[in-house]
Amino acid sequence: MTGEQIIFLVVALFTLGSGLMVVTTRNLVHAALWLIATLFGVAVVFALLHASFLAVVQVVVYIGAIAILFIFAVMLTRKELRDQGPQLNKNWWFGALLSVIMFGGLFALFRGWSGLSKTAAALPSDFDTVTALGNALVSPDAYVLPFEVASVLLVAALVGAVYVAFNRK
Amino acid sequence: MSFWKDPLKIAADWLMSIFTGWGMPEIAAQILIGFLGVLVLLSLLMVLDILLVWVERKVVSRFQSRIGPNRVGPFGLIQPFADIIKLLIKEDTTPAGADRVVYNLAPILSMMSVLVLWAVVPLAPNILGVDLNVGALYIIATGAIGTLSIIMAGWSSNNKFSLIGAFREVAVLLSFEIPMLTTMLIPTIFAESMGIGTITQKQDVWFVFLAPLAAVIFLIAAIAELGRAPFDMGEAESELVSGYNIEYSGMKFGMFYAGELLHAFTFGGFWAILFFGGYRFFGLEQVSPFLAIAVILFKALIGYWVIMWVKYTVLRIRIDHMLAFNWKFLTPVAFTLLMVTAFMNALLRGTPTWLYVLVMFLSNVLVAWIALEMARSYSRKEREKVESVKKTVEVSHS
Repeated sequence: MTGEQIIFLVVALFTLGSGLMVVTTRNLVHAALWLIATLFGVAVVFALLHASFLAVVQVVVYIGAIAILFIFAVMLTRKELRDQGPQLNKNWWFGALLSVIMFGGLFALFRGWSGLSKTAAALPSDFDTVTALGNALVSPDAYVLPFEVASVLLVAALVGAVYVAFNRK
Repeated sequence: MSFWKDPLKIAADWLMSIFTGWGMPEIAAQILIGFLGVLVLLSLLMVLDILLVWVERKVVSRFQSRIGPNRVGPFGLIQPFADIIKLLIKEDTTPAGADRVVYNLAPILSMMSVLVLWAVVPLAPNILGVDLNVGALYIIATGAIGTLSIIMAGWSSNNKFSLIGAFREVAVLLSFEIPMLTTMLIPTIFAESMGIGTITQKQDVWFVFLAPLAAVIFLIAAIAELGRAPFDMGEAESELVSGYNIEYSGMKFGMFYAGELLHAFTFGGFWAILFFGGYRFFGLEQVSPFLAIAVILFKALIGYWVIMWVKYTVLRIRIDHMLAFNWKFLTPVAFTLLMVTAFMNALLRGTPTWLYVLVMFLSNVLVAWIALEMARSYSRKEREKVESVKKTVEVSHS
């Protein structure tokens, strides 16, 4: 086992463990903090894959903005931060069954796929992933259309938010 | 190649020969040397941090016509060490009903978010942690960890004042992140890289001459990010006592305090790196890395001094004014400036340097002038509205 694999296993276990804590802990703020730990684990996985841009954006957007807004919303709307009711409802066995079937199906599918056993070619040392990503986002042969559509969607959301909050005199 | 020219490599080679001489595998030795490098850098930063306490207290006392600490040691230089001993032997209290783990984690995260910034600071051409190709974003990402530590501290203390302080502080931090990131993209356009090391190397002309407005906006946003006056609504000692760190005592408070000082110094450094050429000073950095380190520390101290100058001169702003100033003035100006700079950069590709600098400078001045004119006409309109309301009230009374 190489060092990279050991790091990956540790990070993956950490991510999954904190993901489990998000849904099992009873304190809502703790759940949000565990969610931040999960997102941070995902950022580390991105960094291991040499996707430095995605790793940093994961931290900026998810931890810096979304998770903080979660905590804000929880603190401002709930008086009681502790969840009192039962954590499972009577459909729990059905959910568990579905997830086991899903996991089994994916496992069987990936076992037959040859791509999993291949090792990725090493990146050349002067390869700039950020430049490649930037070019791909604005090149007509690649992702310019989805990129622009997503931008328009975000602007529409922004305009909608301003319209809802606008105080007409 | 001598120690005078490339100290890091010489030291690393020397350590490597010792470690491999002990029969250690090369990869383990490399990891160990990396750890040692980080340890040395962080230790030096912490020692610097202790001296910053003295610098801050001395400077503030001069701004307020006092003398400041002058009893312990020459010029009061031993005073910060006395402060630290006091902090260390103070009782470590935890408020009743506090969330213990989160409460203890917050000061650590706060200090850590500042220390990890130094991974991307280029101290000399060949002395830097790593020239990340997303350096500018990395700075914002570490700021996110700082924001998290504040809200953790505010919530876990189980105190209304600290929670209100944390809310205010986080609202300010989240808002001012945007103009800060936008103005960081302007040096990125000039250098064609987000790497902090590359940005420094590309500054044959200091970027402050190309984008003076961006430098000013970055400084304002940085002061807000630091939570310092005039943007220290989170502390607001007259109404909130001391904000999010109110319940912390001893060295846990010390971590917040030291983190804030080092943060201010670090952002003084980033201001110097992004807009004032970092370690570059008329070819001095080519002579020796030690001179380069001296240059960047000097520039960072000047940046830190400007931040202190603002802090101890300007009064605190009300929070709605602060946020309105950010969202309605700073952010649009920063976005406009970014677009103008990108457009001009594309237009002027391949032109001589003097023309490039001149046009960039003039377009900055133009954007600043238009923004100030618009703000002035808006405020005049508002004032007239208030005046007319006053007049009608007077007429109806008489």
